[in-house]
Amino acid sequence: MSDYETHTFDVLVIGAGGAGLRAAVETEAAGATTAVVCKSLLGKAHTVMAEGGIAAALGSVWPEDSWQVHFRDTMRGGKMLNNWRMAQLHAQESPDRVLELESWGALFDRTPDGRILQRDFGGHRYARLAHVGDHTGLEMIRTLQDRAVAAGIEVFMECKIIRLLTDPSGAVCGALGLWRESGQFVVFHAKAVILASGGIGKTWKFTTNSWEGTGDGHALALWAGAELVDMECIQFHPTGMIWPASARGLLVTEAVRGDGGILKNRDGERFMFSYIPEYYADETADTIEEADKWYDDKTFRRPPELLPRDEVARAVNAEVKAGRGSPHGGVYLDIASRRSPEYIRRRLPSMYQQFKELADVDITTQMMEIGPTCHYAMGGVRVEADTEASTVPGLFAAGEVAGGMHGANRLGGNSLSDLLVFGRRAGIGAVEYARGLQHPPVPDPGEVEAAAAAALGFFDHGGPENPYAVHQDLQEAMQSLVGIIRTEADLVRAVELLDELDGRARAVAVEGPRQFNPAWHLALDLQSMLAVARATTLAAIARRESRGGHTRDDYPDPDPEHFGKLNMVVRLDKGTVTVTERPIPPMPDELAALLAAER
Amino acid sequence: MTAVGQTTRAPEPVPLRIGGVRAGPGRTVVLRRDRWWMQPAATAAGLLAFVAYSTWAAFRNGNYYAGGVGRDYLSPFYSPCLTHNCHGYVWGPITGSWWEVSPALLILIFPLGFRLTCYYYRKAYYRSFWLAPPTCGIADAGSTNPGGPRARYTGETRFPLVLQNLHRYFFYVAVLFAGILTWDAIAAFRFADGVGVAVGTLVLTVNAVLIWAYTLGCHACRHLCGGNQRALSQAPVRRWFWRNVSGRLNPHHQLFAWLSLFWIGFTDFYIWLVATGTVHDPRIF
Amino acid sequence: MTPHADTPTTGGTGAPPTVTLAIWRGDAGGGAFRDYTVRAIEGEVVLDVVHRIQAELAGDLAVRWNCKAGKCGSCSAEVNGKPRLMCMTRMSTLDTTAPITISPMRAFPVMRDLVTDVSYNFAVARRIPPFAPGPPTGDGTYRMAQFDVDRAQEFHKCIECFLCQNVCHVIRDHEENKPRYAGPRFFVRVASLEMHPLDTLDRRQLLRTELGLGLCNITKCCTEVCPEHIHITDNAIIPLKERVVDAAYDPVAWLGRKILRRARPTPAAEAAASSPAQQHNEVIVTDPPAVSGD
Repeated sequence: MSDYETHTFDVLVIGAGGAGLRAAVETEAAGATTAVVCKSLLGKAHTVMAEGGIAAALGSVWPEDSWQVHFRDTMRGGKMLNNWRMAQLHAQESPDRVLELESWGALFDRTPDGRILQRDFGGHRYARLAHVGDHTGLEMIRTLQDRAVAAGIEVFMECKIIRLLTDPSGAVCGALGLWRESGQFVVFHAKAVILASGGIGKTWKFTTNSWEGTGDGHALALWAGAELVDMECIQFHPTGMIWPASARGLLVTEAVRGDGGILKNRDGERFMFSYIPEYYADETADTIEEADKWYDDKTFRRPPELLPRDEVARAVNAEVKAGRGSPHGGVYLDIASRRSPEYIRRRLPSMYQQFKELADVDITTQMMEIGPTCHYAMGGVRVEADTEASTVPGLFAAGEVAGGMHGANRLGGNSLSDLLVFGRRAGIGAVEYARGLQHPPVPDPGEVEAAAAAALGFFDHGGPENPYAVHQDLQEAMQSLVGIIRTEADLVRAVELLDELDGRARAVAVEGPRQFNPAWHLALDLQSMLAVARATTLAAIARRESRGGHTRDDYPDPDPEHFGKLNMVVRLDKGTVTVTERPIPPMPDELAALLAAER
Repeated sequence: MTAVGQTTRAPEPVPLRIGGVRAGPGRTVVLRRDRWWMQPAATAAGLLAFVAYSTWAAFRNGNYYAGGVGRDYLSPFYSPCLTHNCHGYVWGPITGSWWEVSPALLILIFPLGFRLTCYYYRKAYYRSFWLAPPTCGIADAGSTNPGGPRARYTGETRFPLVLQNLHRYFFYVAVLFAGILTWDAIAAFRFADGVGVAVGTLVLTVNAVLIWAYTLGCHACRHLCGGNQRALSQAPVRRWFWRNVSGRLNPHHQLFAWLSLFWIGFTDFYIWLVATGTVHDPRIF
Repeated sequence: MTPHADTPTTGGTGAPPTVTLAIWRGDAGGGAFRDYTVRAIEGEVVLDVVHRIQAELAGDLAVRWNCKAGKCGSCSAEVNGKPRLMCMTRMSTLDTTAPITISPMRAFPVMRDLVTDVSYNFAVARRIPPFAPGPPTGDGTYRMAQFDVDRAQEFHKCIECFLCQNVCHVIRDHEENKPRYAGPRFFVRVASLEMHPLDTLDRRQLLRTELGLGLCNITKCCTEVCPEHIHITDNAIIPLKERVVDAAYDPVAWLGRKILRRARPTPAAEAAASSPAQQHNEVIVTDPPAVSGD
C-alpha cells in the first residue's frame, strides 16, 4: 500500500450515535483530544430512528417511581441475565443524564406544571419515558451533535473503520479507516478507542436497522481479541411494518401501545390476554376492564400489550402461525378506536406520516398491520460496568455494541438512557486509562499494510460473487434459521451456510473505482456481518433454554438452575470463534432485596 | 500531539471548503416535467389585471361616491373622502373644488406600500416578475442571463429592497385604513329613510371584513402581538392574540391577500356602476 | 438473486412489468444520465428501485441512504427535477411511461453519481452560537410550558436532509453567496434557539450580517420541499426577519434606544463571545478548483 494519512488523538470514538457523541463530549470536556469517526454523515446515525423515549425514573409524572423500581423492571425484563451493576448504574444515573440533555437544549414534552412529561412503555411499572412526540432519538442526536460541534470535536464523516490496531502487548492503540468518499485509507493513532458503533440488524432480512447496523464494532472487538457476551439474545420488536413489502421491517414505535394502542388478530380479538406468561402473571391485567384502567391508575395491573417485547413478539408470531393473522401475515395494531385523531397526531406524528406516505393508511381511522422485526442486539462487547473497559486494554464500548446491560431482553426506552449513561462513563473510563499510560502505544505498520491490502483485494481477484447477492442470502439464512424461534437443527444448518457464505464473501468481486463505491463498502461490511452472524449462531446453539430474546423450540422453557446463572461468552481463539460459559457474579444483598420486593 | 490533561489546546478546525465543482446535469437544464410555469404565470396575470384595473380606477377621479343616487357608498380607492367629488359623505371632503388631482393617487400609496412589502406579495412578485426563482428547482433569471454576465444576487440587503423591512410601518397605517374602511361599511347602512341594507352595503361590509382578515393576519402583526417573545405562557393577553393570529389568520394570508385584493377592486367597480346609474342597487330591507 | 415474496405491479401476461430510471452517473469531471430498467414491484419507493439497480445492474452506483423511513434525511436527490427524499417518494405517484430522472442535489458539488459534498452545511453549523440557557430553578431543573415549547419543537423535527438548502436559489443559482449565507436549514436552527424558552443569547445582528438573512427573498421553496412539513418560511424565517427589524431596521426602536441610552451589551458582541467560529478563527475557502476529498 502506498500512502495513507495519519491522525493522532488521545481518544478515538468509533460511531457518532448517542453513545459515541456523548462519550466524545465527555472526553473533550476532560481535556483529551478527541476524534469521532462515523460511517455516515454526522447526525444520521441509527439513534435518529429511536422513537418512543428515554427511560429514566425522574418521577415527574409518578412520584412513586425511583431508581430501585427502574432497576427491578430492567432486571426482570432482561430475565436476570443482565450485568446487575450496569442495570444499577443505569437506573441511578439516567435521570441526571436526561436533565443534562435538557440543559443542553433538548425540548421534551411537558407536564402541566412544566416538568418533563413521561410516557408508558412495555415492562415499565410507571410512565417513565421522557419523550418528544415520537421522534425522541432525533432530538437526542441533534442535541448531542450541536454540543459536539460547539465543543469543536473533530468528526471524520463517511469513514469506515476496518481494523483496530494493536501494539505488541495486544493493547488497542488506534484504527485503520477507509474514507468512503475517496476510497483512501486513514490511520488513527489513539491512546484509547471507544466503540460506539451500534447494532447488527442488517444481518437479518426484516429489520428496523439502517444500513449502518452491520455489527462493525462487534466484529472489530472480536478480531482485536475482546470478548462478546449474550450474543444469542436478539430482540425482535413486535411491531414492525409489514406492508407494503418494501417497507417491511420498518419500526412502529412501542409508544403506540404505551399511549393506548392494542393488538388484535384477524377476528378482532384482543389476543394478548391469552399469552400472559407465568413470570409476569402477578403484574399483568387479565381482563380488558382492568387493563384499560391502568393508564390512569397504576394500582391496577398493566395491560398485556405492554409486556416486555420478547413476550409480545412471540405472541404475535404464534398468532400468525395459528392462522389468525392479517392478509399480509401480521396482526393488527389499533389505536384509531382507542384515542382521538388529535391525540394520535400530536403524540405520534411520525408514525402518522410514515403510514400515510408509505402505506396509504390513516392511523387515526385505520388499524396498522404489524409483525415482528429484528430490532436490537442485547449482546455485545463484554465490559467492566463502571468504566466500560473491554477485556482488551485500551478498548472501551458503549451503547448497543456493548453487552450486559440489558440481559436477555431490553425494555423499550432503556436504550437511549443506556447511550447517555454508558457513553459518558466510557468517556471517563477512556480518559482515565489514557492518562495512566506511560508511553503511548504505537501500532504495528505491518498490521496496517496487511489489512489495507486485504480490503483492496476485492478489486482485482476477479471472483464470481456479487456482494449484494451474498448479503441477501446471508439475510435469508439468518432470518429463517436464527430468527425469533430457533431449533438445534436450524442453528447447525445455519453454521454450515455461514461456512459457505464465508467462502463466497471472500470471492466477492468489486467493479468500478475506489471513490464512493457501495459494492466495495458492502463487501467490507459483509466481513463484519458474517463474524457477528457466527457469534450469534454459536451462542444460540450453546444456550439450550428459552430466555428473553432467545427462544428455542426444542428447549421451550427457561432453565434457571443452569443457564439462568450463565452468560455465553464468545471470543476468537487462534482464529476460531469459540463459545464459553461464564457464571454471572452473585448480586449484592441490597440489590437482590429489590428484586424480591413486592410489586 | 498534546497530552491528556492539558486543556489549553487551541482547537484546530478541519478546514472547511465551500464551493467546488457542481457537475451534475447542467445548472439550467429543466428536469421538471409538470407545468411548473402555470403558477407564476397565473400570479402574474392576476396581479397585472389588478394593476390595470386600479390604474383606470385611480385616474377616473369621479363616480366613486354614490351619494347622487341616494346611497352613502364611498369607494375604498377614494377613502377617506378628500375632495369635492364625495361631497355629501358622512365626513370630508377636506379640500375645495380647486383640487384637481385624483385623491386615489395619494390614498393608494399606503395600501400599495403595505401590499408591496407584504411577505406573501413579495413571494408572488419575486417569483412571477423577478423570476427569482420562477418556481422551485428552476434556475432564477439573474443566473441565466443569456450571453451576459451572471447577475450578482443581493436579495433584500440593498436599496431599494432593503426597504421591505419597513413592512410593519405600512402595517400600522394599514390598521388605520382598515378602520376607515370599517367606517365606510357602517356608513353604507345609512339611507335617507334610516338604517337599511342594500347589495352595496353587503359589498362594503365584506370588503371591510376581508381587509381586516388580511391586515391582522400579516406577519408583522403576528410578530408585534406576541411572536417577538420567547415565552408567552405567562402573558395571557398576548398569548390569546398570538395564538389567534398565528392559528386562524396567518396560515391563510395568501388566500386573504387575493380575496381582499379582488374584492376591493370589485367594490370600487360596483360603486362606479351604482354611481353612474348603470346598476340599480337593490334594497334588501 | 433470491426470489422475493413481492407481487408485481400488474398481473398481466407475458413480460413482468418494468420501470426505467434515468440516473445521473458521473463525478466532478462530468457525467450523463444513464437508463436502467428493472422489475417494477407494487408499493415501492424510488430508493427501492435504486437499490435494485445497484444489486443487479450497477454495483458501484453511489447513493447515500440510511434509515429508509424518512427519519434520517440521507437520500436527498432530485426526482424529475424536484428535490425529494427518495425513500419517501412512492413509485405510484410518478409517471412511469417515460424514464424517471434521478439527479444529485444541484446546489452542492458532486462527488460521484447521486452523492454530493454537503460540507457547506456543516461549515455553517459551526458558525451559529450554541444554546446558552439561563439558570435553572431552585431544584436544579428547568420548567417550561408546553405552549412555549411547541414553537421550537416544530424546528427540532428537522432531519437535516438539506433539501431546503438545495432548493434555495440564493445558493443554488449563486454559488458566490455561500460564504455569507446560512440557508433555510440554519435559519430554522437559529429560530429554534431564538424561540427556545430557556436560551439567553441574541443572534439578531449575526443573522443580519454573517448569516445573510437579508438574502432570503422568502419565495418559500424551502417550505415546499420540506419532508417534515416544517413551515420554514412562515414560522422560522419571517419571524427572524421581524426580529432583525426590531434590532436593526426599526427607526422608532432605534430612536428609543438613542434617547433612553440603555446600557446593554450589543448582541453582536454577545454572539461573538460565544461563537465557535470566532474562537476557531475558521478558514473558509471559496471556489477551490476541484471537489474535496481527493
